[in-house]
Amino acid sequence: MIEPPSGWQVINFKELVAYRDLFWFLTHKAIRTRYAQSALGIGWAVIQPVATMLVFTLVFGKMVGVRSDGVPYFIFSFTALVPWTYFQNALTEAVASLIAQQNMLSKIYFPRLVLPISVVLARLLDLVISFALLMAIIAWYWSDPGWGPNWGICVLPLLVVIMIFSSAGLGLFLSAMAVQYRDINYGMSFLVRLLMYAAPVVYSVSEVPEKYQFYYALNPMVGVIEGFRSALLSTNPMPWNLIFPGAVTSVIMLLVGAMYFRRKERVFADVA
Amino acid sequence: MSDTVVSVENLSKAYLLGRQAKQDTFFGSVAAVVKSPLRNFRQLHRLNTFNLSEGGEENEDILWALRDVSFEVKQGEVLGIIGRNGAGKSTLLKILSQIAYPTHGRAKIHGRVSALLEVGTGFHPELTGRENVYLNGTILGMQKAEIDSKFDEIVDFSGVEKFLDTPVKRYSSGMKVRLAFSVAAHLEPEILIIDEVLAVGDAEFQKKCLGKMQDISTGEGRTVLFVSHNMRAVDDLCHRAILLDGGTVAANGDPSDIIKQYLQRNQTEIKTSFRSAPNENEEDRDAVLLTADLVNAQEECCDSIRFGEPFGIRLSWEHRKPLPSLSYAIRFSDHFGRLATACNTRNAFDTELDTAGRHDVVCWIDHSAFVPGTYSIRIAASIQPHTIVSGYSACMDLIVEEMAWKPQHMFTIKGEPSFATASRWIHTMGSNSMVASNDPTERTV
Repeated sequence: MIEPPSGWQVINFKELVAYRDLFWFLTHKAIRTRYAQSALGIGWAVIQPVATMLVFTLVFGKMVGVRSDGVPYFIFSFTALVPWTYFQNALTEAVASLIAQQNMLSKIYFPRLVLPISVVLARLLDLVISFALLMAIIAWYWSDPGWGPNWGICVLPLLVVIMIFSSAGLGLFLSAMAVQYRDINYGMSFLVRLLMYAAPVVYSVSEVPEKYQFYYALNPMVGVIEGFRSALLSTNPMPWNLIFPGAVTSVIMLLVGAMYFRRKERVFADVA
Repeated sequence: MSDTVVSVENLSKAYLLGRQAKQDTFFGSVAAVVKSPLRNFRQLHRLNTFNLSEGGEENEDILWALRDVSFEVKQGEVLGIIGRNGAGKSTLLKILSQIAYPTHGRAKIHGRVSALLEVGTGFHPELTGRENVYLNGTILGMQKAEIDSKFDEIVDFSGVEKFLDTPVKRYSSGMKVRLAFSVAAHLEPEILIIDEVLAVGDAEFQKKCLGKMQDISTGEGRTVLFVSHNMRAVDDLCHRAILLDGGTVAANGDPSDIIKQYLQRNQTEIKTSFRSAPNENEEDRDAVLLTADLVNAQEECCDSIRFGEPFGIRLSWEHRKPLPSLSYAIRFSDHFGRLATACNTRNAFDTELDTAGRHDVVCWIDHSAFVPGTYSIRIAASIQPHTIVSGYSACMDLIVEEMAWKPQHMFTIKGEPSFATASRWIHTMGSNSMVASNDPTERTV
């Protein structure tokens, strides 16, 4: 039954299940083609956070002298950059995914949700690689019993799920909008830069006054980054007070993003 | 052939034309740039929210790609959809395949639909042939297990097995298309929607594709909706056809009737001769065709010839300058748009056509093998081997009447033959042999 569009619709899970193989092949394709015909290949997954870490260490660690909770600054910032780089790349690519596949949108029917979501999943590989590097660095420098990994590591999968939800949710919302308003596309690099300063990537969360912490924690990446630091560096106990509001926001973001996407997807072929 | 699987009711689709106001003064264009963000936003926003009542039905900015289209397709039927460019064919297919949504009306579809609006959508150049088969297959709605089981068949059909592990960007364009079509051809939907995909590949592969289509529709009893400009394919494959014109269904019925109607609409004006129009852009042509006429055996101008009748095409050209090794060519195309035959002056003259000035020639077809019908004629002058100096497409028509030129030319072949050939029959029985001729042009009884 095909009728003129009307109102909001929930996600059609039955259809998504029918297209699950497409999910895997698109994810596979995103991974295979991302660094195609480049000499360093997957090495780029490591270079980006490492280079950013070096710049931050020089600027914020040495010149500005940002406090780093008793941990060498470069490890302090790299621990934040590993999840942050994932979030940033997943979001940017998810937003661009629909426009990049415009041709597919206007020529073929499939659940449009798979495009941004497969990109978000494909970026997990980079996360795993840069996480391995992070663990290697920590192992190498881990001499002082005052800091280091602890059992909080068990919480990391939950933090990763929060990141996937929030990048997918925001990605769905913005990508659906970007099909019609290309401004979103141009504004993205600017937006992620702003978002980075709204999360404790270069500074410690203790710099934020106590009374604003709840509002600050509504940004899901705040809890995620602090959770990573807590689990890997033992800078402070697992910050549930930051993680919980962020987790709620990320679920809301995913639901709202998906609903907005569903509402918009029927006009993709006409406005793309 | 009883269940209705597709039923379309009063389907309409409106598009907003993105018209931009023109500014012709410098000040006006600067002001327009400054004001543009707001206006752009409004325009972008209106792309999908435009109000049909605003300005009413006559709003110039709104284009009705489809208007109150209704039809039904039954289980196992092959429906051809024909019409000129912009008649709404592709929009209709897009709605039926759920890519775009209608503005009004609705369509009911029972069964799994696969749409092939383009061959090879989603192919990624960096992936190998094998990976692309899986990727493309899943995009078209297949499961991995389904592709696994048909993989060998798909590869076999495409004929690219040697390059399966090569990135597709190293493929020739033909190979890419063959692989893509093979994937699509092995889909097993209940309803298949195809747009013009047969216009790809070499002749051999096209034949294979048409054969596959026939298998799908006759052998496997699936429902097919087929858009094409290839009238012959529509005639051969479809059980029924719909003619779309300006977004509405202009005719619906037997394919050959519908094709005839479509072609008549296109050729409302049949030109039996050609006269150059003086104010046309003839200045840059080195050779100008002044007149072209159809003449009968007595070299009298005529409007049509009878079946089997010898005829000539009389041309007069004006050469603006000497044109060495020039030749004239005449191409006849049948009402399907296919080339029927061509004649040219190559090797007929040595240097007679090289000089500047006026040249009158007659091209005689002494033994006409043209079957009754209307043929479109293209006349051109070219410098050998292939440089066309001056070409006149569809400048006149040749009408071959059903009525035979002489009683022995009675046209008795059923169906739509491409041409009428001469044949000679020899019957041997014991020592007697009988010679009989069945030559439409040569028989002299």
